[in-house]
Amino acid sequence: MSDGSSKRLPTGVALTVGVLLAVPIFALLIVPIYAKDGPRLWGFPFFYWYQFLWVFLASGFTYAAYALILRARGERGDS
Amino acid sequence: MTTSLLADQNIDGVALTVLIFFFAVVTFGGFYAARWRKPDSMHSLDEWGLGGRSFGTITTWFLLGGDLYTAYTFVAVPAAMYATGAVSGFFAVPYTVVVYPLIFVFMPRLWSVAHAKGYVTPADFIRGRYDSRSLSLAVALTGILATMPYIALQLVGIQAVLDTIGLGGSGNVFVKDLPLFVAFAVLAAFTYSSGLRAPALIAFVKDTLIYLVIVVAIIWVSIHLGFGDVFSAAEKKMATPTPPGSPTPTIGTFIPTDASYWAYASLALGSALALFMYPHSMTAVLSGSRRSTIRRNAAILPAYSLLLGLLALLGFAAIAAQTSVFGTDGTANAQLAVPHLFEENFPSWFAGIAYSAIAIGALVPSAIMSIAAANLFTRNVYKEFINKDASHRQEAKVSKVTSLVVKFGALLFVLGLDKQNAINMQLLGGVWILQTFLAIVAGLFTRWFHKWALLAGWAVGMVYGTVTAYNVTVPNVVTTLVDGVATPVAHGTRHFGGSLAAFPFTDTKVYIALTALLLNVIVAVALTLVMRALNTPSGSDSTTPADYYSDAPGVELPAAGTFVGDEEGTVPV
Repeated sequence: MSDGSSKRLPTGVALTVGVLLAVPIFALLIVPIYAKDGPRLWGFPFFYWYQFLWVFLASGFTYAAYALILRARGERGDS
Repeated sequence: MTTSLLADQNIDGVALTVLIFFFAVVTFGGFYAARWRKPDSMHSLDEWGLGGRSFGTITTWFLLGGDLYTAYTFVAVPAAMYATGAVSGFFAVPYTVVVYPLIFVFMPRLWSVAHAKGYVTPADFIRGRYDSRSLSLAVALTGILATMPYIALQLVGIQAVLDTIGLGGSGNVFVKDLPLFVAFAVLAAFTYSSGLRAPALIAFVKDTLIYLVIVVAIIWVSIHLGFGDVFSAAEKKMATPTPPGSPTPTIGTFIPTDASYWAYASLALGSALALFMYPHSMTAVLSGSRRSTIRRNAAILPAYSLLLGLLALLGFAAIAAQTSVFGTDGTANAQLAVPHLFEENFPSWFAGIAYSAIAIGALVPSAIMSIAAANLFTRNVYKEFINKDASHRQEAKVSKVTSLVVKFGALLFVLGLDKQNAINMQLLGGVWILQTFLAIVAGLFTRWFHKWALLAGWAVGMVYGTVTAYNVTVPNVVTTLVDGVATPVAHGTRHFGGSLAAFPFTDTKVYIALTALLLNVIVAVALTLVMRALNTPSGSDSTTPADYYSDAPGVELPAAGTFVGDEEGTVPV
């Protein structure tokens, strides 16, 4: 596409992408929100299963950000 | 079990046979790789050192996975979990999750500018962006310095495996280390001949083995031990001062408390910021064929982080299974926790597969790291200062030879190093490499910082980080079995005892690298303001704004004039 990927992303898209990327970072770096034992899940203390959960969520959030940028720039996803 | 380990030269023949089989497969693959997507000529850094910049999303995924999640993953993280728990071990999970949203923002810009300008190393970019040979040299040397202990760490992983099989006990130093020399020689030979294609091809074997081993191990743990019991055993061990009877006992962390929130978060953030500053990460990223390769990988690489988390839990499983951590030399070594867990609880042939996964897991990153360090030397020391008119062929030649020198240096490093602290050595490398973050990442978005201010900030961060890390002293405890009882004996204290130190003017323990980076930024900002006030010339920028968005042929470059600023107010994506 010749509209060029250098163009600034629409503000709404840029903000959404920023939020999608920031949420996993804060969810894991603010340790007090998850440094506790309960509730347990399959024997896993909350501290452990919460972080495992974020492995999946972060992947989803990052992919969503990628998909949003692709769509906003009208690029195709293949390589 | 334990007794057979202590018997000198008691070698597990089946496991050794499996290991040799996989090693042979990988050796063949390593040499064959030179013919994979064979280029017209292998005699350039683009081909030897970056695999022709031709790797698609899937190959890059295996390559980055094999590169970033190393023998460090398989041995040191569960070892840290086994020994001291969450703060020194499990932080690896938030670290390897947080890193991907971060690189999503800046790595595509680095890929583009490197692609547009033919940069092979991060220091090439610094040279072009800031017009500064000294800053470029600083970045290159930091990269080489930080990579050396990292390669050494991989060899420690191979050693742990050889020791478990029973090849580590001989009193003769030469015989004791012979298998390591052999593994090392093979690695050096196929890296020399095939360049980056070798680890890229071997990574497929490595990752398949690792996924297989982990899935089986986790199923075994849930059936035979139960996760409830695993966590109970770990909680009990972490609350018990270890080693019992030690003059200066330490207590582990099951779940971080008020005192360790900052330690946990700063280790995760600092390591995440540092990871993609390592030359070997950059090399793998730059070998991608498209700008979008890196963003897609940012979304799918967390699959490896899941694996890493499960591996970390094997450290706790080793506690619950009461695994012996005594090596063939009779002293306790937490790094043997996972290899021994496999040895004591699985049939020899499966343990052999697990050992192979660890050993091959060490070869892939070692190869990439030595290539990356060699590229830095060739491009930013040899071509810059020794032979300005070096041809592509000469560059490739120098890089190949340097990769041999780098690996040999790492081997010497590992033979003279305290193995129990492999993970801390890697973290010291992290302290250094993070000091290049500001120059590289800020440089991708703005040229506001003055090159001399960046150099001063780097120097301050390096000195502060190294001195602070040196001043972390811990008792040097050696634990041996005396009449079947683990008996710790302290032999004075030693330096570089950990990666945490009190944040200046507080008692809060924080990752040293992050404090050093903060100082680095403060110095760079202050001096930039001074330089600007004095109107000090800042050299010319050989990159253009459009370079930061360029893509592979077939994907049009942005038309001139459509670019909308790359400083304030522009979203960096």
